[in-house]
Amino acid sequence: MADPDGIEIKHLYKIFGPNGQDMVQLVKDGMPKAELNEKHNHVLGLNDINISMPGGKIQVVMGLSGSGKSTLIRHINRLIDPTAGEVLIGDADVCKMSRTELREFRRHKTAMVFQKFALLPHRTVMKNTVYGLEIQGVPMKEAEERAARWIARVGLEGFEDNYPNQLSGGMQQRVGLARALTNDADILLMDEAFSALDPLIRMDMQSVLLDLQQELHKTIVFITHDLDEALRLGDRIAILRDGAVIQQGTGQEIVLRPEDEYIADFVKEVNRGRVIKVDTVMDRSRKLEGGITIPHGVMLEEAAKTFADTGQSEANVVNGSGAPLGVLTVQDTITAMVTPAVH
Amino acid sequence: MDLVEFPSLSRGTLRDMRIAIDGAFREFTRAYGETLEQIFEPVEDFLVFLEGLLIDSPWPIVIAVLVGLVYLLSRDVKISVGSFIALFLIGVFGMWEDTMRTIAMVSVCTMLAIILGIPIGILMARSDRAQGFVNPVLDLMQTMPSFVYLIPVVMIFGLGKIPGLIAVVIYAIPPMIRLTNLGIRLVDPDVLEAADAFGSNARQKLVNVQLPLALPTIMAGINQTIMMSLAMVVVASMIGVRGLGQPVLNAINNQYFTMGVMNGLAIVAIAIIFDRATQAYGKRLQKHSEVVHG
Repeated sequence: MADPDGIEIKHLYKIFGPNGQDMVQLVKDGMPKAELNEKHNHVLGLNDINISMPGGKIQVVMGLSGSGKSTLIRHINRLIDPTAGEVLIGDADVCKMSRTELREFRRHKTAMVFQKFALLPHRTVMKNTVYGLEIQGVPMKEAEERAARWIARVGLEGFEDNYPNQLSGGMQQRVGLARALTNDADILLMDEAFSALDPLIRMDMQSVLLDLQQELHKTIVFITHDLDEALRLGDRIAILRDGAVIQQGTGQEIVLRPEDEYIADFVKEVNRGRVIKVDTVMDRSRKLEGGITIPHGVMLEEAAKTFADTGQSEANVVNGSGAPLGVLTVQDTITAMVTPAVH
Repeated sequence: MDLVEFPSLSRGTLRDMRIAIDGAFREFTRAYGETLEQIFEPVEDFLVFLEGLLIDSPWPIVIAVLVGLVYLLSRDVKISVGSFIALFLIGVFGMWEDTMRTIAMVSVCTMLAIILGIPIGILMARSDRAQGFVNPVLDLMQTMPSFVYLIPVVMIFGLGKIPGLIAVVIYAIPPMIRLTNLGIRLVDPDVLEAADAFGSNARQKLVNVQLPLALPTIMAGINQTIMMSLAMVVVASMIGVRGLGQPVLNAINNQYFTMGVMNGLAIVAIAIIFDRATQAYGKRLQKHSEVVHG
C-alpha cells in the first residue's frame, strides 16, 4: 500500500495581534517573544517552524503548555490562519486555499481528534460518528454502515444509541476517534487526544491507536505534553518551546543526544530501555558463533528480558532473514539503560 | 448668572417642535396607514380564524385538544390533569369565551415573536455589530412604558386586534431575541471548532451545532415570551383587544373586586398551563444531558 502524502511545514510563523504581518520581519531579525510582547503588544505563537512530517507515520509534536503545539496543529487544517509560511500536503498549500477549497480539504483529507472530545452532546454515539460523512453529503444509510464498522473497531459496539454524557471519558474519546476514522481521511490530527484521560486508560488508547496504525498507515500528527507518550507513539518527534522547534528526530535520537539542557532535563526521567533499540548499542565489529539471537529493532528492555530469561550474557542481533548484524552484551545493555549522570 | 433655573428651550420652541413632529407623523399615518394595515391583514385574519375556531367549536373538543397538546408537549399526566381542571373551572365560572380569545391572542403573539425573534437573535450572535445595534433597541422596547408606543400604533392602526398584537409583540419579543443570541454565543467553542475541522459550512454549523446546543436557552426565551404576552393582555385591552383583559379593566374602573380576581386568576391559570407545558417540553428535549455515567 502506498503511503499517503506527508506534511511539509516550511517557515511557518504565527504572530497574534492586529499587525502580525508587520512583525514577522522583527521576529526574523531575532526579536525574542518577551520583547515583541512588551514593545509591540503582539504575541509570538510560532517562530519559523520547519517540520517534514513523513507520510504514513506518526509525527509527535511535544511541548509544555504555551509552547505553541496546539497552535501548530491547527495550522495543518487552518483552523488558525498563519501569519507567514507554507503548509504543503502533496502539491497543495493549505495556506493558499480558498474557503471552498479549504472546506473540501477538511472534509476529505483530514480528520481531527480533540483533547476535550468535542462531541455533540445532543447526538448519540452513532450520530456523532457519522458527522463527517453527513457533512460530506454521504447518504445516511451508507454513512451509518461505515460508522458502525469503526464504532466496533474502537470497541464501542452496543453503545451506538447512547449519548456522550452517558459514557466515561475514555469511551467518549473512543467516539472521537471513531468519528475521525469514519471520515476515511489520510491525515489524522490528534490534539492532546489522550491528555484528559486517566493514565491506565491513556495507555489503553495508545495501544488502540498503535494497533489501528499498523493496518491503516495514516499520516498522524499527535500533540502531547507527555514525553513517555511521545516516545511510545512517535515515529518522529519534534519538541517545541516558545513557539520554536528546538529539536526533532526519532525518540532514540532525542533521548541519546538531547540538544540542550531543557531537553536533557526532559529526557532524564525517561525509561531508556523502552526507547533505545539494540541496534544502537550492539557491537557491529563482532559476530558470535551460535548462542542466542535477538531480532534487530527491539528495545533494550526486551533484550534485557531475553538475557534474564536465558541466563546468557551475550547474544547475536540478527536481521529479518536471520543474518547476524552484531553482538549485544548484558554489560552494554545495562549501561545504556541507566541514565547517565547529568553534567 | 442664574444656575437654579435650567436653561431649557423656550416653551414656544418646544411647542412648535411637538406640533411639527406630530404633524409629520400624522402625514405619515395618512399616507402609509392603509398600506401598513394591509401588510398586517393576513396576521389579523389568522388571529380571527383561530379565535373563531376556539370559540365556535364544541367546548369538549376544545378542552380535549388543548389538554392533548399539553400532554404531547409535557408527557406528564399531572400537568395534563391540572390543565383540564383549570380549563374546566374557567368554563364553569363563565370565562370560557374570553379565555379562548386570550389563548388565541397569546398563541399568535408567541408565534410572531418566535418567527421574528429567532432570526434576529441568530443575526446578533453572528455579528457584534448587529448586536451593538439591536441591544439598545431591545433596551428601549423593554423599558419604554408600553402606553407610549401604543400612541403611534393606535394612530396608524386605530383600535383593535392589530395594534394590540403589535404592542404585545414589542413587549414580549426582547427575551426571545436576547436568549437566542445568548444561547448561540454560549455554545461550547470546542464543539464549534470540531464542526469546523470536519468542514461544516455556516448553515451546517447553525443547524447541527449552534441551534441544537442553544435550544435550552431558546426554550427559556419562548417561555419568557409567553409569560410576558400574558402580562400584556390587560394593557392590550385598553386599545380594544377583547379577552380576559377587558373584564379586568372593567373591574378596575368600577371596583368590581370579585370580577377582577376571577379573571385575573384565569390569566394566572393559563400562564401556569403554558409555562409548565413548555418547561416540561424543554426539559424533555434535554434528556441527553442527564449524566448517567459519573
